[in-house]
Amino acid sequence: MKILVPIKRVADPDNANKVKVSADGSRVTSEGLEQKVNPFDEYAVEAALRLTENGATQSREGEVVVCSVGPKDVAQTIRGALAMGAERGILVDGADDAMDANVIAAVLEKLYAQEKPDLVVLGKQQVDGDSNQVGQILAERLGLPQATFANSIELADGGKACVVGREVDGGVLRVKVGLPAVITVDLRIVGSKAIANGITPATHAYPDAPRYASLKGIMSAKKKPIAEHTIASLGVTEAPRIEYLKFELPPKRAAGVKVESVQELVEKLHSQAKVI
Amino acid sequence: MAFRGVDYYEIGELLSDEEKLVQSTVRSFVEERVLPDIARHYEAGTFPESLIGELGQLGLLGAFIDGYGCAGMGPVAYGLILQELERGDSGLRSFCSVQGSLVMFPIHSFGSEEQREKWLPRLARGEAIGCFGLTEPDFGSNPGGMLTRAQRTKDGFVLNGTKRWITNGDVADVAVVWAKLDGMVRGFLVEKGTPGFSARRIHGKFSLRASVTSELFLEDCLVPETALLPGVEGLRGPLTCLNSARYGIAWGAIGAAMACYECALGYAMDRRQFSRPIAGYQLVQHKLVEMLTEITKAQLLCLRLGRLKESGRLRHTQVSLAKRNNVVQALHIARMARDILGANGITYEYPVARHLLNLESVYTYEGTHDIHTLILGQDITGISAFE
Ligand SMILES: Cc1cc2nc3c(=O)[nH]c(=O)nc-3n(C[C@H](O)[C@H](O)[C@H](O)COP(=O)(O)OP(=O)(O)OC[C@H]3O[C@@H](n4cnc5c(N)ncnc54)[C@H](O)[C@@H]3O)c2cc1C
Repeated sequence: MKILVPIKRVADPDNANKVKVSADGSRVTSEGLEQKVNPFDEYAVEAALRLTENGATQSREGEVVVCSVGPKDVAQTIRGALAMGAERGILVDGADDAMDANVIAAVLEKLYAQEKPDLVVLGKQQVDGDSNQVGQILAERLGLPQATFANSIELADGGKACVVGREVDGGVLRVKVGLPAVITVDLRIVGSKAIANGITPATHAYPDAPRYASLKGIMSAKKKPIAEHTIASLGVTEAPRIEYLKFELPPKRAAGVKVESVQELVEKLHSQAKVI
Repeated sequence: MAFRGVDYYEIGELLSDEEKLVQSTVRSFVEERVLPDIARHYEAGTFPESLIGELGQLGLLGAFIDGYGCAGMGPVAYGLILQELERGDSGLRSFCSVQGSLVMFPIHSFGSEEQREKWLPRLARGEAIGCFGLTEPDFGSNPGGMLTRAQRTKDGFVLNGTKRWITNGDVADVAVVWAKLDGMVRGFLVEKGTPGFSARRIHGKFSLRASVTSELFLEDCLVPETALLPGVEGLRGPLTCLNSARYGIAWGAIGAAMACYECALGYAMDRRQFSRPIAGYQLVQHKLVEMLTEITKAQLLCLRLGRLKESGRLRHTQVSLAKRNNVVQALHIARMARDILGANGITYEYPVARHLLNLESVYTYEGTHDIHTLILGQDITGISAFE
């Protein structure tokens, strides 16, 4: 089985409060903040690795190709995924500002045509833009079945289909999609038993988290290939369809007030906060 | 990817991509797997054994060895690993220093091919634990005076003697024991369960509580011919191991210091006394600035030390200088942090008292602070002040 996993780096979400808006309000700046792989994308890499290995013996039983669209230094983000165990990387050079979900999906469509994977596994959304669109647009462009917000994936029909558990309001919706397909993953996809590929013994329990890159993984990632393209060299001509008009930081919260007594608290909740 | 942690001089820029990835991976591991539980272990006086397999899986045991299932990392990456582990706890770093520098290193450097193949892969995976027995009740700073003896017999060697203060001694599957054979110091691999070999836990420690420390007893303990490390004779054997471990300790101390500084800075910003946060008073700022300055100096010392080691030019006296400086500075930093935290500084809730007490051991083991002073004094004057 071959899986394509698109990943993106984002400003460390733990420092979201340090993100600033440029003086003219035209863009968000995250200069000086640590860049990390988008958490949902890391879950996608983990899910893809679990689908293509024997978790008990740790032998690889398929191929995971990781790709990222962005400035040249996303190569480091790709290396991180290669260190976790993915086989190869593809870097598509492009400025962050010249992209929206539609452009990214157009790029991925080209990579899909080159790579012909059995599955494209993506994070359900980026924690910076939060648009939650790339997977869906890609599936539409490719005319492939899609299963979004996956919290479990089970290979079925001798590897010709997947049964995917989808996080929906109030429960889990199980759908079966024929391969090739597009799957976007949610947090619980890294649960210890969330992936069943018919190779890893059912008794094997993974930790409830994406794996750490081992030192050997980091050393071998140095030697793994990363192919380079540009958006233009792939023949993508789409321009972004979304235009950002203005960014503003949320208004500063007014300082809280201290109350002297329960009575005063109740009174304020009633007359000012109007919650009781 | 940036250097994660205190980095006032942007030394992250001087690291390779892989060194940064290693640092960041170990930092995440420590934050997610070690820090949530380490204070409880410290209080209970237990080592977090459940982490040993994970340390092995990550490749943190003997990471600098090439082959035998080890990652073959460079010295700076090895240093960064120990720095991040000690940011968690000196006990955890001690575990890795002993396993890597004091057990796997001598087996790799001085062992036979059979010894390497028998032990290194298992030690690397954390399936076997090792310990290093040099210090004796009456010989600490002066290991050359050791009383432990080996006698050749027709079946191998008979060992007699006592070793004390041995990290992991009573949980180890294999002990690297240093003993005199015909007046010459030699290394022996003594396996757990060998008749005449026993170990006893040392209780009642204020320091390195999340680390096992033991006494080893060798009473007419017969080991086979194949137990002898063939590749080294004399004190050079144990001292080469210690040199590798001290290199790691110089890095590790920075981790403990960073943890204390970051904790103290955060606390000082939040804690209000009189009219403002205590971070707004000159005396507190002075302490914070001293801490940051010493951390930055220690980082630069270590990075240079690592690059020298990489190019094969490192002298052991240069390692002494860094161990001596970085540990004593980390100790000062931990004390200042403890002070800034006020009463909270003495609790298990915050990491500073734990680091402070741990560093008291780090100050003493692997050559006390003063012994390193004498090593350096001898190096620059040519006059020995030891005896
Ligand atoms: C937690 C812990 C773990 C340890 N783990 C191990 C281990 O795994 N394996 C192992 O072999 N050992 C281990 N040790 C032992 C450690 O290496 C020794 O404690 C250390 O070498 C000092 O020896 P000592 O305690 O006998 O002190 P001493 O040598 O008695 O020193 C006491 C004081 O005298 C000073 N002093 C000694 N000689 C001189 C001199 N010539 N001039 C001036 N001052 C001098 C010292 O600097 C020190 O201040 C461990 C120790 C601790 C605390």
